[in-house]
Amino acid sequence: MYLYSLTLQRPGGVVCATNGNFVGGKTQEIVVARGKTLDLLRPDESGKLQTLLSVEVFGAIRSLAQFRLTGSQKDYVVVGSDSGRLVILEYSRERNVFHKVHQETFGKSGCRRIVPGQFLAVDPKGRAAMVAACEKQKLVYVLNRDAAARLTISSPLEAHKSHTITYSVTGVDCGFDNPVFAAIELDYSEADIDPTGQAAADAQKHLTFYELDLGLNHVSRKWSEPVDNGANLLVTVPGGGDGPSGVLVCAENFVIYKNQGHPDVRAVIPRRADLPAERGVLVVSAATHRQKSMFFFLLQTEYGDIFRVTLEHEGDRVTELKIKYFDTIPVTASMSVLKTGFLFAASEFGNHALYQFQAIGEAEDVEASSATLMETEEGFQPVFFQPRGLKNLVRIDQVESLMPIMDMRVMNLFEEETPQVFTLCGRGPRSSLRILRPGLAINEMAVSQLPGTPSAVWTVKKNVNDEFDAYIVVSFVNATLVLSIGETIEEVSDSGFLDTTPSLSVSLLGDDSLMQVHPNGIRHIREDGRINEWKTPGKKTIVKVGLNRLQVVIALSGGELIYFEMDMTGQLMEVEKHEMPGDVACLDIAPVPEGRHRSRFLAVGSYDNTIRILSLDPDDCMQILSVQSVSSPPESLLLLEVQASTGGEDGADHPASVFLNAGLQNGVLFRTVVDMVTGQLSDTRSRFLGLRAPKLFSATVRGRQAMLCLSSRPWLGYIHQGHFLLTPLSYETLEYAASFSSDQCAEGVVAVAGEALRIFTIERLGETFNETVVPLRYTPRKFVLQPRCKHLVIIESDQGAFTAEEREAARKECLEAAKMGENGNANNRQQMENGGGVGDDDEDDALSDEQYGYPKAESDKWVSCIRVLDPRTGNTTCLLELQENEAAFSLCTVNFHDKEYGTLLAVGTAKGLQFWPKRSLAAGFIHIYRFVEEGKSLELVHKTQVEGVPLTLCQYQGRLLAGIGSVLRLYDLGKRRLLRKCENKLFPNTIVSMHTYRDRIYVGDIQESFHYCKYRRDENQLYIFADDSVPRWLTASHHIDFDTMAGADKFGNIYFVRLPQDLSDEIEEDPTGGKIKWEQGKLNGAPNKMEEIVQFHVGDVVTCLQKASLIPGGGECVIYGTVMGSLGALLPFTSREDVDFFSHLEMHMRQEHPPLCGRDHMAFRSAYFPVKDVIDGDLCEQFPTLPPDLQRKIADELDRTPGEILKKLEDVRNKII
Amino acid sequence: MDLKASDRFNINSQLEHLQAKYVGTGHADLSRFEWAVNIQRDSYASYIGHYPVLAYFAISENESIGRERYNFMQKMLLPCGLPPEREED
Repeated sequence: MYLYSLTLQRPGGVVCATNGNFVGGKTQEIVVARGKTLDLLRPDESGKLQTLLSVEVFGAIRSLAQFRLTGSQKDYVVVGSDSGRLVILEYSRERNVFHKVHQETFGKSGCRRIVPGQFLAVDPKGRAAMVAACEKQKLVYVLNRDAAARLTISSPLEAHKSHTITYSVTGVDCGFDNPVFAAIELDYSEADIDPTGQAAADAQKHLTFYELDLGLNHVSRKWSEPVDNGANLLVTVPGGGDGPSGVLVCAENFVIYKNQGHPDVRAVIPRRADLPAERGVLVVSAATHRQKSMFFFLLQTEYGDIFRVTLEHEGDRVTELKIKYFDTIPVTASMSVLKTGFLFAASEFGNHALYQFQAIGEAEDVEASSATLMETEEGFQPVFFQPRGLKNLVRIDQVESLMPIMDMRVMNLFEEETPQVFTLCGRGPRSSLRILRPGLAINEMAVSQLPGTPSAVWTVKKNVNDEFDAYIVVSFVNATLVLSIGETIEEVSDSGFLDTTPSLSVSLLGDDSLMQVHPNGIRHIREDGRINEWKTPGKKTIVKVGLNRLQVVIALSGGELIYFEMDMTGQLMEVEKHEMPGDVACLDIAPVPEGRHRSRFLAVGSYDNTIRILSLDPDDCMQILSVQSVSSPPESLLLLEVQASTGGEDGADHPASVFLNAGLQNGVLFRTVVDMVTGQLSDTRSRFLGLRAPKLFSATVRGRQAMLCLSSRPWLGYIHQGHFLLTPLSYETLEYAASFSSDQCAEGVVAVAGEALRIFTIERLGETFNETVVPLRYTPRKFVLQPRCKHLVIIESDQGAFTAEEREAARKECLEAAKMGENGNANNRQQMENGGGVGDDDEDDALSDEQYGYPKAESDKWVSCIRVLDPRTGNTTCLLELQENEAAFSLCTVNFHDKEYGTLLAVGTAKGLQFWPKRSLAAGFIHIYRFVEEGKSLELVHKTQVEGVPLTLCQYQGRLLAGIGSVLRLYDLGKRRLLRKCENKLFPNTIVSMHTYRDRIYVGDIQESFHYCKYRRDENQLYIFADDSVPRWLTASHHIDFDTMAGADKFGNIYFVRLPQDLSDEIEEDPTGGKIKWEQGKLNGAPNKMEEIVQFHVGDVVTCLQKASLIPGGGECVIYGTVMGSLGALLPFTSREDVDFFSHLEMHMRQEHPPLCGRDHMAFRSAYFPVKDVIDGDLCEQFPTLPPDLQRKIADELDRTPGEILKKLEDVRNKII
Repeated sequence: MDLKASDRFNINSQLEHLQAKYVGTGHADLSRFEWAVNIQRDSYASYIGHYPVLAYFAISENESIGRERYNFMQKMLLPCGLPPEREED
């Protein structure tokens, strides 16, 4: 089996981010690393974050930094990854790519202990960069420029210190003195050899300054001083005239200012009032705001509270450090303050947000200061505060992120054309059920009812130079309605259009005249109001029309074509007539090319299943240039100029090619390239779009030509980052559409469907899925489908949180305290103000959990609930909160063989589960629930205590199988509890997954991969007959076929194992079912071993796997979801030829286009086990981004043209989605 | 001359070089404890380096990723508890 791997949804989570001026010019951009991909984001004028570029790097990005050479206008990005290399990137605006400026190898690849890459620091003046490992190694590179102003990099200078753990590294701002880097270090050499523990207790973290002597080209340890043992993060303090220089050391509960030869200035971080005493406060992300006159720092704690830190200083003496509560937003992995007044907050889980500063925290608030620091016998006195609503920030945009995907299922619950992907995402109060549909999201601006059923709609400008459309023209069966576009849209009658007839086409002709084509003629409305009317000869009527701004071709009934052209005086003149053999089905003329008077090609579709290209040149007018036969009569034609395979934003260095698009009556969209000179058709591609013949319309997307295809659902064909994408829109069936541009909506679409006129815009271009979100209460764990009423049953659980009642009580108490202390401190008063009346209190608070997170409880407290949810409405029909520290971990639906109750729900729970110091629990339970009220609600039947955590449950032959620790047990339903029937205790560690098929049970162990089991009813015995020889830490599994399982492990690999056919047959034929052999065993394992048939490193922890097809009639593939929130697919190849082609393409891509961050592609995909029989589609899909000569070179090696390769890539993608 | 050159590159000096250069390179007298400490430190460093793994742990422990990273770093000091008493020989 060979598989084609393709990422469908890029990861949403963010590892690290840095901001700067990467494009050049005045704008601010953010470079975001999402694990395997590197994105360049920019907030546009309206404050929406746009993705300029997204590149897959085939490696793990661990750190990012930005620097600028003095006097330069543009920033560079330094990337620390698992490649053992330091890579410096520059964004090239012309080609819209990251250009690798330098790639310096310093060590082995992989995320290793002593290979640098984990930490990056740059000198604030851009003269040097330090890259450090978790332990020992630190390398400093000197950055400079040569005579041609190109960036140069030195060979590395070592600043190693063995037996030393590094916590954080940063550059110290010391103006133009020698660059200095600061690091928090901990020496463990003593602790490792002292058995008394004294040395370990005395181990002290140090803050060390490393100085790069630019003159001597040497790095030395300049200064080292003990620092608080909770230190975890360093922040550079501006220096060199702008500030006192030095660093802020963020430690647990404290922020300390330190500098060489300067006494420590320490202040406590205020604590939330409800925080348990056992917990510290740790700063997890930091951002600096710098202006000419001032600077401040924003530090975010692990609970989401942001503090503003300011330093009072006189020259380089810091007198006071103040920490003031700023605002609370969801915990971030990285924050960036943009000069334009935005804060980009990359959440560690869930959606990211862009905030705008309303204020910079100058107002009164809870504040801790070094001046008021109190030390008592118990230590430093804490300062308390209550989180409140946002005061300084206001959220203006969100970037969706599915991180983490906890469970996923592909089902067609809504009976739509394509299945939906149901994903459980997020964590704690930010968790949600997200229903993903392949396609682009649309934003409906207006829907208005029309009198009657419209058949067509157009928009038209009054002048070619107008920015916005002037009229919307709607045609009915016997009338035409003209609407003018202004502040509002209203009907007008002075437009000059004939309203007593249906229209066939309405458009702008020439520069400023309008044309209406109706069945009996052409009405040409000149700018001054004069109307020229052309009537059809005899009883003939116009059936079809094709036009552009200067040319019109009409088809009369019977098959006669008449060609008109606009002359110099603005008159429409008949040029030529042509008789077609039969009726014309559709017509189109390509738009007039820039600087020309006419387009050369007319495409005519006929009912005899052919499309002809006719010339419109005066010398061979109406000559047939080429003929293409198609599978079904064409319904609609569109000639579209596509800058296929562009390298740049504007595709400047690639010639555009004209595509002939045809919507056929059998629902297929047919695309073929038209040769610009000869009109020959070549390179055909076809794709099934839906059950109705696609109607094609031209539209504009981001200022470029795009195509709308209306079949049983609408599709958009557009260019995104160099790829031509044909993506469905998540909208209802439309009849007719036109692009729309007005004051309120720059790039919209107006369409008719049924009796309504709809105006909408298309959002989030480039996305594969659009989502519907249903919020949940706690971290979702698993879900199942209630088979009868199609409701979802979801289990959610959280550790270290309070139950809903406790939270409610605490909130009341807090409110009460606020009311009582009318003249209390400022903080409480503000909370009341924010709370407003009692009425909107709830609403405010409902939002707040999502924003503030749940209050932390002791770590041995659990909260959990079982939810029944109607996915259509998103309503929860039943929610059971588990009591007394119980948490749900597994569930399944089960039909016991006696059928008394019908379908029951089994839920595995654990009470008082603790992981630390030792894994322990009070008890495990299996709850059995009955569905009542037609499946909308649950009723407990009984609860059975078990000795461990039932991590997986499964129905098997009318009984319930449970995996409890290392025990696999079969239960039957009793009146008051479950009855043990049979068990097997021979599993190595903990059972985490089970699948059943016929009489086989496929058991997944947490650490030892799969075990295949059988149950013998006559002897009532469960036994393992085959297992895997590789220790795999399973995180997800799925049953593929009788002998095959797909699994994913904790290290980010996907693999398939298969029991060899002969072994499988032997077991099935053996009357004892291989039992005798089982009794013999082999090396403490099962007698038979499975073979690994597929192996692939995804580079992300896969949490769910499923075999499904995402498109109707498409092949089944394995879909996976990951912790970072990406979705991918593995498609099995059906022909050997394709395998050969793609493996060769992959090979050439590896050679010609090595990954951006320096990791070898093959090594990455084989990071833990050698990759086997999987072709990386993500690499192959980078082919269109290559320069044209390289594309041609690869294509030549493969004996194909670049166009054919593009077509192949498109085809294989279309088989998946 | 040949002998001297090979002396310089004999197996022991090569090993010493490796041990000095690559932390965790074993030797014949490596104790069980030292071995385990190395493995644990390597594991923690790998967790810290692989962000998705860190996130996976953070979900199961319901902590923030930053806290999880800090905890793992702290554990690198004494990953296997106190070292055993040295047997004098």
